[in-house]
Amino acid sequence: MIREIRPALSLVVLFTIALGFIIPGIFTQVAQTVFPFQAGGSLIMQKGRPVASGIIGQNFTGPAWFNPRPSALMGTDAKGNAVATPYDDSESGASNLAPTSATLLAAIKSRIASWHKTYGAGSVPADAVTSSGSGVDPDISLANALAQAPVVANARHLPVEDVVALVNRIATQPALGFIGTTNVNVVQLNLALAEMK
Amino acid sequence: MTVSGWAYIALITLLTLGAAIPLGLYIARILKGQVRFLAPVERGIYAICGINPDRPMQWQEYTVALLLLSVIHVVILYAILRLQQYLPFNPQHIGGMSPRLAFNTAVSFATNTNWQAYVPEAQISNGAQMFGLCVHMFVSAAAGIAVAGAVMRAFTASSIASLGNFYADLTRITLYLLLPVSIVAGLFLVWSGVPQSFAPFATVHPIVGGAQTIGIGPMAFQEAIKEFGTNGGGFVNANSAHPFENPTIWTNILENVLLLVTGFALPIAFGSMIGKPRQGFVLYAAMAIILGAGVIGAYAAESHANPLHVAAGISAAPGNMEGKETRFGIAASTTFNVSATGTSTGAVNSFTDSYMPLGGLVPIFMMQLGEIAPGGVGSGFYTIIVFALLSVFVAGLMVGRTPEYLGKKVQAKEIKLAMLSFLILTFFILVGTGYTVISKTGLSSMANAGPHGLSEMIYAWTSASENNGSAMAGISADTPWLDYGLGTAMLFGRFAFLIPVLAIAGSLAAKPKLPASSGTFPTDTVLFTGLLIGVIIILGGLQFMPADTLGPIAEHFQLFAGKTY
Repeated sequence: MIREIRPALSLVVLFTIALGFIIPGIFTQVAQTVFPFQAGGSLIMQKGRPVASGIIGQNFTGPAWFNPRPSALMGTDAKGNAVATPYDDSESGASNLAPTSATLLAAIKSRIASWHKTYGAGSVPADAVTSSGSGVDPDISLANALAQAPVVANARHLPVEDVVALVNRIATQPALGFIGTTNVNVVQLNLALAEMK
Repeated sequence: MTVSGWAYIALITLLTLGAAIPLGLYIARILKGQVRFLAPVERGIYAICGINPDRPMQWQEYTVALLLLSVIHVVILYAILRLQQYLPFNPQHIGGMSPRLAFNTAVSFATNTNWQAYVPEAQISNGAQMFGLCVHMFVSAAAGIAVAGAVMRAFTASSIASLGNFYADLTRITLYLLLPVSIVAGLFLVWSGVPQSFAPFATVHPIVGGAQTIGIGPMAFQEAIKEFGTNGGGFVNANSAHPFENPTIWTNILENVLLLVTGFALPIAFGSMIGKPRQGFVLYAAMAIILGAGVIGAYAAESHANPLHVAAGISAAPGNMEGKETRFGIAASTTFNVSATGTSTGAVNSFTDSYMPLGGLVPIFMMQLGEIAPGGVGSGFYTIIVFALLSVFVAGLMVGRTPEYLGKKVQAKEIKLAMLSFLILTFFILVGTGYTVISKTGLSSMANAGPHGLSEMIYAWTSASENNGSAMAGISADTPWLDYGLGTAMLFGRFAFLIPVLAIAGSLAAKPKLPASSGTFPTDTVLFTGLLIGVIIILGGLQFMPADTLGPIAEHFQLFAGKTY
């Protein structure tokens, strides 16, 4: 027992220094040198200041923007009350509501009603009214984006076909037809939309 | 269910099972001390630490070394978590953890569980992640593989006393396996968008006005070992559902394969070590069949949208998207979560609390089987070996032959130790859940009402006892009862299982290797694979069926009867 203390203790100390400081330190240096954009969070700059991370969703609301998925993120306000903080990436997570949750069913019903009001009747794309796993999902399904396109075009007085063309240009298709999903990055879509004349 | 979904599942299967074979042969060479490309570094470590890598250790010494290392680690990690506000790399100025949360977290990471009762973004500093948690991700994974190596050696020779040298195994596995793979995979992750930065959280200014916080940190290096060491502790709360931990379908494929591959490689390493590859393939096949059945089951369950939501007007086409990410869809989400519960990883890329009842049952059942499909790095292998011993014992009872496994007689002592280790797990899962659902403090931790609340608690106790670490994440885990209770379950789940296993290995190693005779039950056949799967399901699974029936299965029927809570 006693003779095992020295190797065990020194291995712990050595591993902590090597795996906890030196190697991650060098790794960080290499990562920031070779891939500075990604290592820093894929921040998109406009006029010298960051406007978004290209891979983190943002809370665009109203008919003039493509709306992202519902975000379940909650935070606290100055008085300590729980408030919704959609797409605030200082925390992350899902609704964690059960399939038999009455709260979830009520939330989905109210999102469906508001969808119908803005985008018209019909079956609602699932991703438009269910909250994502991370709370900062940057993507929506292509079906969701195309369903929003006429309303967005109308609100911005743009030709619908131009907005649809933009959606299709930003959309990604599964590689080889099965690796990934057909989706559209809402942040990149809205940034491109803002440039449209 | 779609053709592309099945094609994706086939791709993960092919990549994992294919890569496991060369990796297994490589791990066998590491365990035999034949991989030497960092020999000077290795010698330096031995010199500094006063280790003689050739000193043989009996099972008792091997166990003492492992326990001592783990105890030292828990104490140091506890101190780091309590004192993180005084330690470097804390740009968010996060305060120290409470004693009970620090205990739970230190035990969680030392046991390769990675149960996270804390909210990472708010309760742990970059420094504590890096030199606290991440170090444990390497060491607990290496320790698991070392024990697997010790168990393999018990079958290699006749009448040996030694199971190898723990420190040499630990060092070699870290140097030649975990570290190189983590560095290469980590760089791929950075290239794909995973941040690696010591800067504080960034603030961006959206074009629609206001400000948005972007939580960056040294994530990529930790992400790689999180999967490859079957640890699963996310750098952020959303784990691999977060676009920073898992930005694209390609990183998702990499992470999914990384967390599975070593579990499948170890039986191959075993076959190579004992010179009988077919014996390894039997275990590999049993693991693959069970995991495959789980993935198919969960994919089928999640492909159906919630009937209540469809009735409310939602499109049924994609399936159940609550708690899932758009870029992954159903097939990649369910494959990942089932893989992470078939192993002891416990990472998630979608949230099981919102899975359909039967979709949520699959991860619970994968854990309850004992984490053998293919299990945690090392722990999956030594657990399935215990199942193999029980299988030859059951076969021996049925045909009246003396049970033998690979020329080693399996006697009362080994079977008693094997049953002891399983009963400890059963005790913690069932008694822990039972007490939680009758106590006030336990009930207040549930996030959802009705049978789903019971599912959440079954999940929590199963996950802790089996050292998985995933959760139906809505629960309030940071309560005195769950912090201390689940912490204790994690300790016993790891060490009260591992010590009897090392005792079995020591006992078998000392026995002479008998030549196979006509009375030997062959263990390299399809028949034995079937028997092994049967024993795993009956022993591992059925004892939990009554509890599971009251949770996920009851919820399934209530959901389709239109009941909500």
